[in-house]
Amino acid sequence: MTEKPTMIAFQDVHKYYGDYHALRGITATIRAGEFFSLLGPSGCGKTTLLRTIAGFEGISSGAVMIDERNMAGVPANQRPTNMVFQSYAIFPHLTVGENVGFGLRKARLPKAELAAKVAEALEMVGLGGYGDRAAHALSGGQRQRVALARALILKPKVLLLDEPLSALDKKMREQMQVELIRLQRQVGITFILVTHDQEEALVMSDRIAVMFEGEIAQLADPETLYRRPNSRKVADFIGTMNFLPAKILSEVGDKIEIEAQGFGQLTLEAEQAPGAVSGDGAVVGFRPETLTILFEGQTATDRESMAVIEEVVYYGDMTYYDVKLDGTERPIRISMRNVFGRPVLEIGDRTRVAWSPGALVMFR
Amino acid sequence: MMKGGWFKVYAIGYLLFLYAPIIILPMFAFNDATVIAFPLSGFSTRWFSAMLEEPTLRIAVKNSLFIAVTSSVLATTLGIFAARASTRYRFPMKTGLMGLIMLPLVLPEIIVAVSLLVVLLGLGVNLSLWTVILGHVLICTPFTIAILSSAFQSLDQSLEEAAYDLGESAASTFRLIILPLVMPGIISSLLISFTISLDEFIIAFFLAGTEPTLPVYIFSQFRFPAAVPVIMALGTVLVCLSILLLTIAEYFRRRGIAKSGGKDTGGFL
Repeated sequence: MTEKPTMIAFQDVHKYYGDYHALRGITATIRAGEFFSLLGPSGCGKTTLLRTIAGFEGISSGAVMIDERNMAGVPANQRPTNMVFQSYAIFPHLTVGENVGFGLRKARLPKAELAAKVAEALEMVGLGGYGDRAAHALSGGQRQRVALARALILKPKVLLLDEPLSALDKKMREQMQVELIRLQRQVGITFILVTHDQEEALVMSDRIAVMFEGEIAQLADPETLYRRPNSRKVADFIGTMNFLPAKILSEVGDKIEIEAQGFGQLTLEAEQAPGAVSGDGAVVGFRPETLTILFEGQTATDRESMAVIEEVVYYGDMTYYDVKLDGTERPIRISMRNVFGRPVLEIGDRTRVAWSPGALVMFR
Repeated sequence: MMKGGWFKVYAIGYLLFLYAPIIILPMFAFNDATVIAFPLSGFSTRWFSAMLEEPTLRIAVKNSLFIAVTSSVLATTLGIFAARASTRYRFPMKTGLMGLIMLPLVLPEIIVAVSLLVVLLGLGVNLSLWTVILGHVLICTPFTIAILSSAFQSLDQSLEEAAYDLGESAASTFRLIILPLVMPGIISSLLISFTISLDEFIIAFFLAGTEPTLPVYIFSQFRFPAAVPVIMALGTVLVCLSILLLTIAEYFRRRGIAKSGGKDTGGFL
């Protein structure tokens, strides 16, 4: 992918609410045309950060730049951003068409031109012909689309989405995720999404900033974030990760020699230990799907360990096994796709487990 | 007696006590006799024509309407400011200040009236309809704040932010979004304070100077037995007007709720 120009730059942004330090030195750039997500648990400052872009929150120090322009002193109604609110904020006393055309009121367009633009925007979000409906009579998913059309009709440089899918049910949410991605590709506008749902962020984003306690813990593309989280905290927040204690034996060049419980002695590449030293002691981490339970007649392509099954959770398409590798104290989780004709193992069964050093991450 | 029987008796007794005196009002208003006593002697509308020809009554009605309209508009305007401030902004001593503003709700009116009179006379202000308006604004404002606070409270703050985000100024956001959405509350507030002011007696009695208001006029007429049937006629008209007013208020309130798609949770009727 070619490097796109910067659309938004945070330069050491701090925000205090009284004594409370909500944003603690955010420095990051968001590229033009990118689908960017701010991901984190509630209270991590992700919504506050989004609102500093919109201009609803001032900042205590630092700078927020949009398209190379410092936004200090620029009020929300003059910024090249539009927002889709968590509650959608559809004006209940107006029709769908009046809601969508609200932002163009100031432009004083001729009636026919305004109507055409509104119709086009509604068409874009799949609500063609809804213009005359009363806004309060819409369903949740339709409100969301109206909010999108209303924000996009002004052709902002940046579209801000504040947990836009959290009020929808699971099916609707998954459908809207796909539609949002399609819409973003179609209009080419920079989308910034705030979410606490890691799956949503992974599915939709080009890049994700994971935030904890007012700081960005890691900023990376979804795959890097999933495969090479830079801290135990990020690893825990994104998906499931198993941890086993380890000991560093030697570090020579970009090779790290370790002894990990259950795995024995092995050598890792330096890029497999991306995080800073935390002082909690070294651990190796790995995703449940990177280990494979070996059935009769199967052999490991790389390494193999012995384990005993402690718990079986059957999900239909998947089975989750909690197994204890020989020489470890805590069980780890392995996920296996169920295959026709293959038995599901039972608690207490002894089994062989295949693994590969390349799938491990180390935190120290 | 079956279960709940006593509750029925209680409910019917309660309603009788509440409404029987009011039903007696039109009975004697249309009765062709000067004395208020059964049996009724015959149908007549002469008390209504007598009412219309009474010059002092006309002045009293005019005064009362002027006071009620002015007070309700002023009290509602103040109520809008206070309700907006208390629901949107944080400021020091907010709870204490709001408590003090709401206090006239429970303060004995006679105390308010007497102390206002003392202060106004001390300041050398001449008593007039405007001094009554001052007193009525004072007692109506807590009601308007209570009504309008709930209207402003139920307003999603992101609606304002959305309008602002879409390029509107703070003033046009207020006009285009907030005002239409709290309008039912404003109408309720106007009607309630209008009603409070219209039948308020104590403050009007103390602060009106030589200008009578309707309640003060009615009180003064009750000393003359000959005037009582006219008062009955007047009372009948007032009851009808009150019911009409309440119906209008309720109509606007429900329409407001239906328009914004909200759930009906209360109201008068």
